[in-house]
Amino acid sequence: MEEDLRILTKNINIEGLTGIDIYLYSGGYRGLRKALKEMSPDEIIEEVKKSNLRGLGGAGFPTGVKWTFLPRETDKPRYLAVNVDEGEPGTFKDRYLLLNNPHLFLEGIIITCYALDIHVAYVYIRGEYTKPARVLQKAIEEAQREGILGKNIYGKGFDLDLIIYKGAGAYICGEETAMLESLEGKKGWPRLKPPFPALRGLFDCPTLVNNVETLCFIPMIIDMGGEEFARIGREKSGGTRLFSLSGHVNRPGLYELPLGIPLREIIYEYGGGIKNNNRLKAVIPGGSSSPVLKAEEVDVNMDFDSIAKIGSMLGSGAIIVMDEYTCMVEALYILVRFYAHESCGQCTPCREGCGWMEKVLKRILKGDGRIGDTENLLRIAANILGNTICPLGDAVALPVQSFINKFRHEFEYHIRVKKCNIESKYPFFID
Amino acid sequence: MHTLTIDGKEIRVERGTTILEAAKKIGIEIPHYCYHPGLSIAGNCRMCLVEIEGIPKLQISCYTPVSDGIKVHTRSERVIKARQAILEFLLINHPLDCPVCDQAGECYLQIYYMRHGLYNSTFLEDKVKKKKALVIGPTVILDSERCILCGRCVRFCDEISKSSELGIFNRGDHSEISTFPKKELNNKYSGNVVDICPVGALTDRDFRFKCRVWYLKEKPSICPGCSNGCNIWIHYNVDRTYKAEGKRVMRIKPRFNEEVNKWWICDEGRYGYKFVDDNRIEKPYIRQHGKLIPVSWDMVIEKIAGLLKKYPPKSIGIVPSPQCTNEDNFVLKKLFSEHLGMKNIDYRVPSQLNVYSDDFLIREDKNPNSRGCEELGLFPKDKGLELKDMLREAKNKKIKILYLMNHDLVKKMGREEVAFALSSVDSLIFQGTNFNETVEFADFLLPSSTFAEKDGTFINQSGRVQKINKALEPLGDSLPEWKIFVKIARELGIPVEYGDPEEIFFDITKEISSFLGLSYSLIGDEGINLY
Repeated sequence: MEEDLRILTKNINIEGLTGIDIYLYSGGYRGLRKALKEMSPDEIIEEVKKSNLRGLGGAGFPTGVKWTFLPRETDKPRYLAVNVDEGEPGTFKDRYLLLNNPHLFLEGIIITCYALDIHVAYVYIRGEYTKPARVLQKAIEEAQREGILGKNIYGKGFDLDLIIYKGAGAYICGEETAMLESLEGKKGWPRLKPPFPALRGLFDCPTLVNNVETLCFIPMIIDMGGEEFARIGREKSGGTRLFSLSGHVNRPGLYELPLGIPLREIIYEYGGGIKNNNRLKAVIPGGSSSPVLKAEEVDVNMDFDSIAKIGSMLGSGAIIVMDEYTCMVEALYILVRFYAHESCGQCTPCREGCGWMEKVLKRILKGDGRIGDTENLLRIAANILGNTICPLGDAVALPVQSFINKFRHEFEYHIRVKKCNIESKYPFFID
Repeated sequence: MHTLTIDGKEIRVERGTTILEAAKKIGIEIPHYCYHPGLSIAGNCRMCLVEIEGIPKLQISCYTPVSDGIKVHTRSERVIKARQAILEFLLINHPLDCPVCDQAGECYLQIYYMRHGLYNSTFLEDKVKKKKALVIGPTVILDSERCILCGRCVRFCDEISKSSELGIFNRGDHSEISTFPKKELNNKYSGNVVDICPVGALTDRDFRFKCRVWYLKEKPSICPGCSNGCNIWIHYNVDRTYKAEGKRVMRIKPRFNEEVNKWWICDEGRYGYKFVDDNRIEKPYIRQHGKLIPVSWDMVIEKIAGLLKKYPPKSIGIVPSPQCTNEDNFVLKKLFSEHLGMKNIDYRVPSQLNVYSDDFLIREDKNPNSRGCEELGLFPKDKGLELKDMLREAKNKKIKILYLMNHDLVKKMGREEVAFALSSVDSLIFQGTNFNETVEFADFLLPSSTFAEKDGTFINQSGRVQKINKALEPLGDSLPEWKIFVKIARELGIPVEYGDPEEIFFDITKEISSFLGLSYSLIGDEGINLY
């Protein structure tokens, strides 16, 4: 194990950290004071660029660059819309941050808004996150009392209002433009792009959309300086990030680790290895939408570029570990069922294709597979891939392709022998 | 301007043009469902995907604007495969019930499958079940299983009728078009959603199961329902009269005209065609002993010519109709005003109270040709009497003959208002298309043809001259008005002789200054503005 490089979760065990007094006492809002009192907005943006921080919602786009997409000259208000519709299966990092360190989140929001001349920020929280929403609301009220939110923050003439908006429970509202639609009170349907939200986002105004974890890094970047922050991780992916480790490991949970750490180390050292000393079969490295890895691929380093090289992605940092007793047909069925349920239904390939693949997989699992089903699944996935309005289509197509291509023998066995080749020790999921 | 190539053909188009529109300009059809030129872009059907060199993903051509130098392919192997895939997706949950579907024959699932599909189905699963044959309003029935969720109808109700009754509910392959709770699809333009539905999801309650579309013939025409002059198609069937109880006009569809009605018509116009086949006056009649007796044209013309000779012009009132064509009214003017010297001519019958109108297509004046009457000068001059004075003088026994063209005075002005005047004249001549309450007072009935049964021109409220075309033979013995006037003129030995409306129009352009420079062929199918 490396030395403790934790940034976001460094103080997480301090009792009462969710209250503003303890947060201030433990050094909180230092980044904000520095930003507002010593730095110009441009200097803040420059530091964020230097930090190599990349968006941690899933897409991994460089944060500083994204910030500069907001037009400087505009007669419209600009907005920040924070995406807390954390819905990617396997992911629980944003929830953890909100529950345990809400003021760090607020601090990140305020610095960001100051840097980009934003005076209204929305926090879009998924409907199931009732407790995180409560904790955040309390933190907002505390910050308002302290004069850290509201009018004339720190006497710098900077105003910021923060509004919590709760979603109604749709995975698709985590897609940024669907989230904006939902924020506007409409059905959560992704928009056609371009225009991107930076130009025409919420209420048709320039809008920055960032993830919770991304924003939580901002105070630290300001505090320690962008260059120093960048040195923590590897080149082009600065700093640490939160990994949501789940599945058949001995110590599942949330781990903040430097970018670039080998996947094997996360599973075997931090996660304590596979349960019951079973053999590892497969790992989903970055949330359910990322292509699955085989056991022999876990020596990959967990940074954006290394993992892209072996055909998967870091995504939301959710690592789902599957041992030798996992039926990959069933695992894929569970995934596809999720996407079929969550497809918004707006565009044809995803709306029809997800449901179709779900039905085929279910049929195979029920022992009624036909020769050609695997080829057909691959064909359906290929017909969805790249042809949809939003990335949800790709998010279902990529797992289907990777599961079948990497574990084809299991699918073929199911189809030919009408049962599983694995003595699964886990309860059968199919209804 | 941008220069690009589509399938190897070079084209220059304005900035901001989409690839789909640019392709259309050079005759390349890119299949599409959700795109409609009159609605906002939804980009959801994905049928119009095209390949652009240098861009890895296929792009939807309905949304992607052209840019300089791009090379677009609409028939590459990738594009053809993607189209087949989209069609396959659209059809997996579709019930494939073409034999009992009213849309069959004009369904874009059928059309595109034959042009771009032709794959073999690999779908073995159970289809998603949805609501069928659901009445969603007075004019439209919804079959959700046939729906491809292009959302055109939803956008129409949001953007054009601005009534927002429709939405898409549920998610994924359980998504369904429906009305919002406690709402029905009921607005002045509701029938248009059937026209723009590319499949059999929304069908017209009026037209449903009346006639297979391949038995329909069509003629371009103008809606006679108000002074807006919306361009329409008359869809008719005269070969299978044993269907639909012998009715000939099956439905009215809007006909695109950028300057007048774009792609739309109102429901009043769409469903207002029934008078063409219902309750028609099919023969000339003369009242004898209180009863209307059918007679021959020769007999009735002889009688009317006799009246016109007998009574002095001062005692005769003529009420031309803004429902009639310019050609009808021009011949009327020639005969009655120029040759017979009558001055009591007034087309201006007050319209009914409380008629609906709006700032879109529906006008308060429910006549298609008031402007034409105005241009021809069919109002009293040189101390001639206005309509209300004619009615007053009828009561005073000064007006003895009243010649009404198609005006249901009883309905429009009220029975109390007109009954005494109408019964006081020596002879009431009613020349029109349908029986009505005013007919009760008539001594002579002359059957005239409807707009669907004759050629001619109307001028709409903005001064646009537009052509109607004869789709059907005049029903029974009915005749176009101008022919009736020519018959009367012949009987009277007056030289008013015409062979067809084009000839009449030629004379109009010579004699009426605002028509100067126009010709029948110049009007074309889109109409032309008065000078």
